[in-house]
Amino acid sequence: MDKRDPFRHNVLTSGHRACSGCGEAMAARMVCDLIGPDAIYINATGCLQVFTTHNQQSAWQAPWIHSVFANAAAVASGVEAALRVRGKDTPVVVQAGDGGTFDIGLQCLSGMIERGHDVLFVCYDNEAYMNTGVQRSSSTPHAVHTTTSPPGRLSQGKHHLKKDVISIVAAHYMPYAATATIAYFPDLKAKVEKAMGIKGPRFLQVLSPCPLGWAHDSALTVTVSRLAVETGLFPLIELEHGELTGVMRLAEQKPVEEYLRPQGRFRHLFGNGEGAAELRHLQALADARICRYGLLDAATEWDTQSAMQSMRHGRGGYVPVLQEEMEK
Amino acid sequence: MRKLLEGSQAVAEAVRLCRPQVVAAYPITPQTHIIERLAQHVADGELEAEFINAESEFGAASIVQGAVAAGVRAFTATASQGLLLMTEVLHNIAGMRLPVVMVCANRAVSAPINIFNDHQDSMALRDSGWIQLYAESNQEAADSVIQAYRIAEACELPVMVCMDGFYLTHSFEPVELPTQGAVDEFLPPFHFARTLNPATPMTLGGGSEPDNYQEYRVLQHEAMENSRAVIEAFDADFGTQFGRSWGGLLDGYRLEGAQTVVLGTGSLMGAVRDVVDRLCDQGRAVGALRLRCLRPFPARELVGRLGSAQRIIVLEKALSVGAGGIIAAELRAALQQAGITTPVESVIGGLGGRDLTPDVIEAVVRNAGPDEAGVSCRFAPQVAVHHEAHEEHEE
Ligand SMILES: Cc1ncc(C[n+]2csc(CCOP(=O)(O)OP(=O)(O)O)c2C)c(N)n1
Ligand code: SF4
Ligand SMILES: [Mg+2]
Repeated sequence: MDKRDPFRHNVLTSGHRACSGCGEAMAARMVCDLIGPDAIYINATGCLQVFTTHNQQSAWQAPWIHSVFANAAAVASGVEAALRVRGKDTPVVVQAGDGGTFDIGLQCLSGMIERGHDVLFVCYDNEAYMNTGVQRSSSTPHAVHTTTSPPGRLSQGKHHLKKDVISIVAAHYMPYAATATIAYFPDLKAKVEKAMGIKGPRFLQVLSPCPLGWAHDSALTVTVSRLAVETGLFPLIELEHGELTGVMRLAEQKPVEEYLRPQGRFRHLFGNGEGAAELRHLQALADARICRYGLLDAATEWDTQSAMQSMRHGRGGYVPVLQEEMEK
Repeated sequence: MRKLLEGSQAVAEAVRLCRPQVVAAYPITPQTHIIERLAQHVADGELEAEFINAESEFGAASIVQGAVAAGVRAFTATASQGLLLMTEVLHNIAGMRLPVVMVCANRAVSAPINIFNDHQDSMALRDSGWIQLYAESNQEAADSVIQAYRIAEACELPVMVCMDGFYLTHSFEPVELPTQGAVDEFLPPFHFARTLNPATPMTLGGGSEPDNYQEYRVLQHEAMENSRAVIEAFDADFGTQFGRSWGGLLDGYRLEGAQTVVLGTGSLMGAVRDVVDRLCDQGRAVGALRLRCLRPFPARELVGRLGSAQRIIVLEKALSVGAGGIIAAELRAALQQAGITTPVESVIGGLGGRDLTPDVIEAVVRNAGPDEAGVSCRFAPQVAVHHEAHEEHEE
């Protein structure tokens, strides 16, 4: 690991075309500058690829390859195999969005982990397909407004829960999997450094707010990132060989509304009865995560049991627990 | 009702009027506006359908395959990389003779990645067993979707309606939307005999051996050959009911007495028509022929329309790398089989969204000479090269 000033490398240099306040650009800058230019970067299709390599220009000052949307982890497997054959220990790093990780890229990712490739896979999770103009992915949280999960007469936004990808990945008994977000740079730095010190497949899920898709003020990217953690909606955790080995505990829990209010993607939930039910559900989800990972000393309103039972999938109505709660 | 609509919206409205009950969606530019509009219709209760956000195009194609096999009308749309990712399933759908309808918003393929229009994506699927209709305008794209369901269900063949990305999907034009009643009259309720049904259990997608596999393809090929008449008949029917039709398989323009004919497909033909007018005004005998249907390939019909031309230029937005123009090669074969020796000039242009402007097209027509032996195609210039003859005229 290079011990020099982490921002000296400029692996991802300026002049790229991200939107102002792009959380993904910040996250990638942090991660890549910590890793440095002596690595091979594999990028899935997505905003990061598009805004850094527009029309024969490149913002990358390290070897970088983009093949297609679904296969970054498999391309990385091939790169790693070639380096092994050539007797090199150059680090191999995948960068992908949530679509390229949770959805279309999951099969290749699972294969890469199962085969034990020495690759760090970094997912910049902005909770939707942003590059194509904000469509829902399986990372999009429940009730969010995207163009393919629009609120309407019969709908309050996305009908399905955010996929718990970190648990899926960790279930491969992989050496290291962790979540991070841009508001907590020292935590992110520690996790990147730890990951780079471990052999085998490693996974980082970096929550990266997107002012365009989340419809928040582009000056609030870091604030929103912090609130995701402080409300319990996005726990910062580490898993080693499938076991939970680290959590960032919370001094106090902020109500989810503080996180949801500044974001236009939740706007439709405010000021109507059905939306209120969704807001309760989102609070239950936050409580469930706090209970599950032991983030608080104090009790939450919902315990894991009742919160989990409130979880709704698909087109189904409220499960009894939440319905009773609502009737109270 | 006449409405100013984006091409994607027009197509989405046409899809809604066909009452699909399962819609599978995955975002990819320039197709996404189609499924976004359908998503909103479902959220608002204006379309009673299961709207399924797939995890990839591989999933989306498979979802519509399952839905149609289970007895309902279904829809999906994609482009470029998404179409290529669907490839395995699209061949399978066709081999199973399932009446699936999809829209391809034509876009270049990677690498290098490029979101703009050409025909490399759907052309790569030309041998998959799907009927392929290419639209010139938004109105035609919308109408073709309605026709496509009827063709697919009558022939038990899947139909891909191809519309040019951006040129059509993102441009606004007045479009005549038929009423629900009129569409219901044109398009009978979904019927497919070989559905998955416990009352009449059926095995779909079982194995075959060398002694019978080929017969599947023979039957598929025959169905494709026979679909020519169906495509023409339904387009004519559509014309009777709605007052518009699109030429069936081929759409000719000022062909009578034309010595030079430009053959092409898709939205580019609008510009070609302009060039034809220009050149005819200058006293040249030029005409245009639009290939509306690439599969089944209307070989006989092409020969019929081009037989008396003295010069044929095929202008296409796709390239069989290492071979040349795809439509040109197929046309050469058709003419040769008919004993016609007119040379076919193969010109490739418009790749990755480069505009084939009327000036460029005119330059192609003016500058072309017969192909040198061994040269399969040439490439359209990026900008029009003005020649003396042209300049004289300008004066
Ligand atoms: C096979 C395929 N399907 C769809 C696309 C279109 N596409 C390009 S980027 C993208 C969204 C990327 O979303 P995500 O992975 O979450 O990254 P983000 O842009 O949000 O950072 C999509 C759908 C594609 N390039 N290839
Ligand atoms: S759309 Fe979102 S993720 Fe993409 S560049 Fe803009 S802010 Fe960043
Ligand atoms: Mg994303």
